Order: sequence, then C-alpha cells, then structure tokens
Amino acid sequence: MIYQGKQKIWSDYQKEIPSDHWFYARSCIRQSFFPGAEKYFMVICKDLLGKDIFENAHHTTCGGISYHSDTIPQETVMTIVARQFALMTEAGYKNFVCSCITSFGNYTEILETWREFPELEAKIRENLWKACRREFEKPEYVAHASDLVYKFRNDIAERAKFRLVNKETGEPLRVVEHIGCHYSKMFPHKGVGGAEYPCVLSGMAEAWGGQVIDYPERRHCCGFGFRQYLVKANRGYSLSNTHKKFESMEPYHPDLIITNCPGCPYFLDRWQYVISEMTGKTYGENGYGIPALTYEELAGLVLGYDPWDLGLQFHQVAIEPLLDKIGIEYDPAKKYLGLNEKEIMKPALPSVMKCC
Amino acid sequence: MATEQSPKVSTPRDIRKEERAQRKAQRQGADAAPERKLEQVIIIGGGIAGMEATKQLLSLGYRPVLVEKEDHLGGHVASWNRLFPDMGDAQAIISTLREEIMDATIYLSTEISFCNRLRDGYNVMLSNGVNVLARAILMSTGFTLFPAAKKEEYGYGVYDRVITNADLENWFNGGDDHRIPSSPKAVGFVHCVGSRDLKAGNPQCSKVCCITAIKQAIEVKEKFPEAEVYCFYMDLRLFGKKYEDFYIRAQRDFGIHFIRGRVSEVSETINGSVQVKAEDTLSGRPIKVVLDMLVLMAGIVNNPDNAGIAKQLSLETDTDGFLRSADNILSITESPRKGIFLAGACTGAKTVPETVAEARSAALSIHNYLKNLQ
Amino acid sequence: MNFGFSLSPSSAVNLDKIDLSLYHKMEEIEPDVRICIGCGSCSATCTGQPFSGMSLRKVILAIQRGRENEAREMLSGCMLCGKCTMVCPRGINTRHLILSMCRYWDGEDHGYNLMNEVEVKI
Repeated sequence: MIYQGKQKIWSDYQKEIPSDHWFYARSCIRQSFFPGAEKYFMVICKDLLGKDIFENAHHTTCGGISYHSDTIPQETVMTIVARQFALMTEAGYKNFVCSCITSFGNYTEILETWREFPELEAKIRENLWKACRREFEKPEYVAHASDLVYKFRNDIAERAKFRLVNKETGEPLRVVEHIGCHYSKMFPHKGVGGAEYPCVLSGMAEAWGGQVIDYPERRHCCGFGFRQYLVKANRGYSLSNTHKKFESMEPYHPDLIITNCPGCPYFLDRWQYVISEMTGKTYGENGYGIPALTYEELAGLVLGYDPWDLGLQFHQVAIEPLLDKIGIEYDPAKKYLGLNEKEIMKPALPSVMKCC
Repeated sequence: MATEQSPKVSTPRDIRKEERAQRKAQRQGADAAPERKLEQVIIIGGGIAGMEATKQLLSLGYRPVLVEKEDHLGGHVASWNRLFPDMGDAQAIISTLREEIMDATIYLSTEISFCNRLRDGYNVMLSNGVNVLARAILMSTGFTLFPAAKKEEYGYGVYDRVITNADLENWFNGGDDHRIPSSPKAVGFVHCVGSRDLKAGNPQCSKVCCITAIKQAIEVKEKFPEAEVYCFYMDLRLFGKKYEDFYIRAQRDFGIHFIRGRVSEVSETINGSVQVKAEDTLSGRPIKVVLDMLVLMAGIVNNPDNAGIAKQLSLETDTDGFLRSADNILSITESPRKGIFLAGACTGAKTVPETVAEARSAALSIHNYLKNLQ
Repeated sequence: MNFGFSLSPSSAVNLDKIDLSLYHKMEEIEPDVRICIGCGSCSATCTGQPFSGMSLRKVILAIQRGRENEAREMLSGCMLCGKCTMVCPRGINTRHLILSMCRYWDGEDHGYNLMNEVEVKI
C-alpha cells in the first residue's frame, strides 16, 4: 500500500465544511438502534466544542428509507425533504447536517436532481405550499454528521482521555472503517476522500491513535441493502454479504469496526451473532465478536464518557474486551441499569458467541 | 539520444530574400528545383510521425525544422521495448529514423511560445528565442497515455503491485521497478483502461492496447514461465497485420487465459498481492483472482498540450477530443486551416506503421500544397 | 437455530482456488482446446443443444473454470453428429475432444456410460 497515493486522491476530494451553525436532522432509526450516538454527537459538538447545532422536534424522517425500499414515489420524498429545509430556513440556518447516511445521500441526490431539473424543484415548492403552507431556501452546505466529527477530529484528539492503542502492547488498535454506501458512492465529490478511498472515518481512527485496515472487501455493502433485509425472503442475501465482509477482514484481526451509517453498525453487529449461531464461527478474539461502533460512540469513548451512558450495552457484540484493551474503566454492575438506576431487562446469552 | 543540431536560424528577411530569388529564377525560366530546397516547413512534435515526415520532407527538397519539447526524439516509441507484430526493436526504429534526419534542423527541449498567421504563412516563435517563418506547419504532437490513477478502483499509485503497460515496457528496457515481483505466480492484464469508457471521459477505442496486452502477456510468460497469465478484455480488437496470429500463439503456445469481462475493482490482499474482480461474461459468473502483478493497459488520449497550439492556429478538435482533420476519409492529414497539416496520433489512436504511413502522406500533402502555391 | 433464512452459496469462481487438473488433462489430449475463442458456433449448430442444453463452448468453459460436473452433465447431450467440427473457425477437432473426454471419464469408472457403446476410432 502506497499511503501517499491515497493522500493524493484525498486531496482531490476535499469538501468544504463550515465549522459552525448547523441545523441538525436526526435519523429515523438510529434512536432505536444505538440511541447514545446522536445524543453524544450533540454533547460533543455543543457542550464540549461549543458549536451552534440546532434541532427542531418537528422534523420527520427524510423519506430515504422508504425511497430505497421502493415504497414511496420520489416526488413525495422530495416534498418531505422540502419540509425539512423549510424548518431549517424558519430557524434561520443555512447549513444542514444530518445524522443518517441515507438521508445525506437523499438530500444530496435531491439537490442535484433539482439542479438538473429546476421545473421539478418548482413543482415540489408548490407541493409543499399546498400541503403545509411552508416555503424553504436550499441549504448552502449539506454535510453528514461524520463530516463534522471528521472536521473536529483533532479537537477531539486534543481533549481525548484515551487513545485507540492497546494499553498492554502499546500497539495501535486495528480499525476497520466501513462507510455507508449512500455517503459517496452516488456522488464521490460530496464525500470526504471520495468513493474509492473515503477518509472521513479513517481520518478519525488515525487521529485518535488507531491503525486503519485496508482489507479486500472494504468497499462492500454491510449487507443491509434495505429490501434485501426488509423482505424476509431476501434476508439470507443480506446476511451473506455481511458474512463475505467478515471473511475478508478476519485475517487482519481487527479490534473494532467504525461506521457512519445507521444500518451498517446494526447489521455488522447483529449479523455476527446470527452467523455464529448458523456456522459456529465468531470473528473476534477468544470467541467474542468484533465490536462495530458508530463514530459518535467511538468519539465518546476516547473522550472518556461512560460506556453505558454512550449506550454500548445496546450492542449485541460485547464491548468489554475492547474497553479492557484500551484501558477504559467501567462498572459491569451498571451495564443494564436504566437512566433511573433501576435494572432494565438483561438479554439472553447467545449459544456460540461469547458475551459478557 | 539525439544530440541537438546546431541551429540553422533563418530570419524572416532571409526567407523573403530566398523566396524573391526563387521566384525570380522561375520567371527567368531557370531550373527552380535547387532553390526550392530552401523552403522551411515547421514540424511540431518529434515522435515517429514528426521524424518520418522530416525525413520525407528532406528528401523532397525542403528544410524541415523539427521542434520537440522533450530532450530526445522518438516520443512514446522511444520508451517502448519491442513492437508487434514481429517483436522488432523499438530503439532500432528510432535510431534509424534519427540517422535519416541528421540534415534537418532539430530543436530539442523546445516548445512553441506563440504562432500567428501571416498573409501566406505562419510566424512561429520558439521557447529558445528562435523565430521561424514557414508556409506550412505539420502538427505531429501525438497523444498522451491515459493517466491510469484516474481509474481509482484499479489502485494505480495506491497498491504496490499495480503497474501500467508503459511501466512494463520500461522494465523490459532494463529499468528498475520494485513493483514487479521476482517470481510471480499469477499476472493479470486489464484491457481498455481509460478507453471505451465514457465515465473516464474517453469513449474511443485506443486500438493498440489489445495487441499490446497480448504482446506483453507473451513477454511476461517468457520471463516467468511458471506464472498463470490472465487478460481481462471487453472485446478483442485484433484488426492489424498478423495480430490474430499473435492471439492464437498467446493461447496455444503460451496458455494465456483470456477472460471476457471488465475488471470492476482491485483490492490489496493481506500479503500485498491484488485481488481482482470481474465477470466472466461467457459463463455469466462473477470471477475473482489473486494476482502478484496487475498491468493496466492505459489507453491513448488526446495530448492536452495540443490545446494551446491548436488555439493559436485556430485548429478545432473533433468530437473525439483529438485534432480535427479536413476530412476523416480523404484528407486525414490536412487540417481545415490552410497550410496546417496533421500526422499521427494527434488525430486519434494509431499504430506505429499507421503513424509512419500517415507521416509520409502528410509530407506529400505538404509538398503538393507548396507546389500549388507557386 | 433456525432463523428462517440462511447464508447463500456464492456463485463466484475463484480462479486461484479452482482445480484445473481436468483442464490440463484436456489440453494434453487435444491441445487445440486452448485456442477456443468462445464464439459459440459449435453450440449454434449443435443437434443436441436445443433439446438437452448441450453446448461445447460451455463444456470447455466449465472445465476451464473447474466445474467438472456441469461439463459432464452437458456433454451427455452430445449426439456425436460432428457438425461442431465442421463449423469451428479455429479448426478445433471437437469430435476428438468430445470422444476423448468421454473416454477419459469412462476410464475413471464413474458409472458414466454415455459412450460405452460407441466404438471410438479417430
């Protein structure tokens, strides 16, 4: 691998990311998958770095999930997106940042479509007015939340309490970075680093002390694929793609996976359990799985937030071996305590994959 | 390597004087032939097209002024090793041509600063300060190899074991290349890198890569008989003299595997080899292979340096991005502008013999044009 | 545990992992098999193709891709009419190839007896 070759490509795909004043749109599914992720994005950006990130409880899904599941006409999605932009405009913001990769792809695709077909934009403006009497300005900048964290990666590194380093050996942790398909595969110039060698996540992993693994199937989809998972008849196909990725990364012995999409950490996490039940095989060390984290969770970890506050007990793959490796302290007794300190239910243990 | 000839500089005044003398001689009924030898023709680009045209113009009795931006003559062929279809020595071709144009005025490491049109000719200012006046200019500015790094998915410049056709020729020529392993077990060739690729900005076929890939695959197999060699092609376009024989030899005598399918992506494996994915379109199955070396057949694209000169000479580009000929059938060596001629790959991808033939044809067109002016 | 779905087998051919010993045997028997260009004229003219799926082009390719069973299955549809030999632009002795392959398989005694009654004389 010629690192300078990658750097050259990265220099061709640098995107302008304003450092402040953003309107934040959450993901429709991440709240139930890994609820700590979005919360800690706000905590890190607002409380820690003092940025102005505004959110409005009235925003909805962007419609991208139904669009990519083939269950909604594009004009409807566009009208939903137009309403999100109207909320941004009403709040006085010009920069739009979203939590979800598919949303990011959706916003980008719609803005590009409107650029090519202005008559469609005019029609959507009319739709929106008829539907809810709202008007909107198009955002000046659209970013994915991982773009912002990438931009702040060194600020986070400066404040970090831990580094992605094995405390026993002093070696950097081996990090698999997995980019959501809708981040830059449709519009390579809209993603940091392009589509072939995106550096949005690898930049974070390196800034925080890790070593990024470049394995053959790094570009491959996590397996979610919307309809491939949502339709049960296709679910084996979804699983097989995830399996392919794990088989490909296995020889590199990754310590963790970092992702920037709602679906990817979910499927890279949950399918490890399913694969272990089906084949008896696990991919982590000593019968454990490989933790698949969101970039916000990872940022939270290096910054020293409590793993259970970050919601890491919501992962199927046990996080404890990674915490031990880095040297992050945690109270095992508090893993399944709710915010009110009362016991929430404990999950049943898998029959193959080791969990704590 | 050609040594720079001592410049035989002509001032505009000299030329006008010569021309006056020439016309006077003609009026007086004298034999004008010896005087006509003095007429200068500017040839821009010292690859094989420029060299061959120079040679022909010399023998037709002109004084060609050959301008080359590099410090040596021969263009792309000068850095090639052996040429299809007879595995001839590329260096020998360049040496032969170089010897045959010793009498011409040759400026190396020289570019065109500007040119402007006069009433019956052109005034060309060179970067070395020399000013040349001529009634005919030959553009033999050639092509550039498609920058293979632009096909990011193939990882040229990123993966250790990915090289181009040009890199391989350089290695055949004795150059050092740490990317080429000492005993590869499997080697692949990707045809059409930057050719027939709308997204890469070049929908044209580069013509020579299919046969070059086969030639290089055979050469690799000769060097590494133990290696399995795979050629990934979209179509095999083997139109030239004895090309099909080459193909049959590659299959029958060298056991080279031809897989019809465009490589979709290349990744590095844990031991630094490359994993290549394609579809085996003849069986309709995805195919995957780990290779110790991958050679990208970078295609022929328009030389971007042409744009500046073309603008000053009001030359147009054709829809394929190359310089436009007056007619693509009958007058391929003539531009739509009076007194400006074209030869070789500046009008599109060409093989070496095609380029040489075209250069001769261009020299004859120039000769006829100048003859008819008088 | 039954999830109601399972891992799908991959249809991808791993060129560096397939067993090419049969192909090398084939090359030995009929070296001209190497010069097949996959044009498909053998299959287009084949008497058996429309009814049995026999395609000599695919048989050769299947063996090149290490898919022996597929090749054997297909070849059992051959009626030995010889039209493919007549039509092959590369002049491959397809009849010799087919008969030799059958003889090879018969010799292995896999109970594969398509050509048992045919007297092989080339």
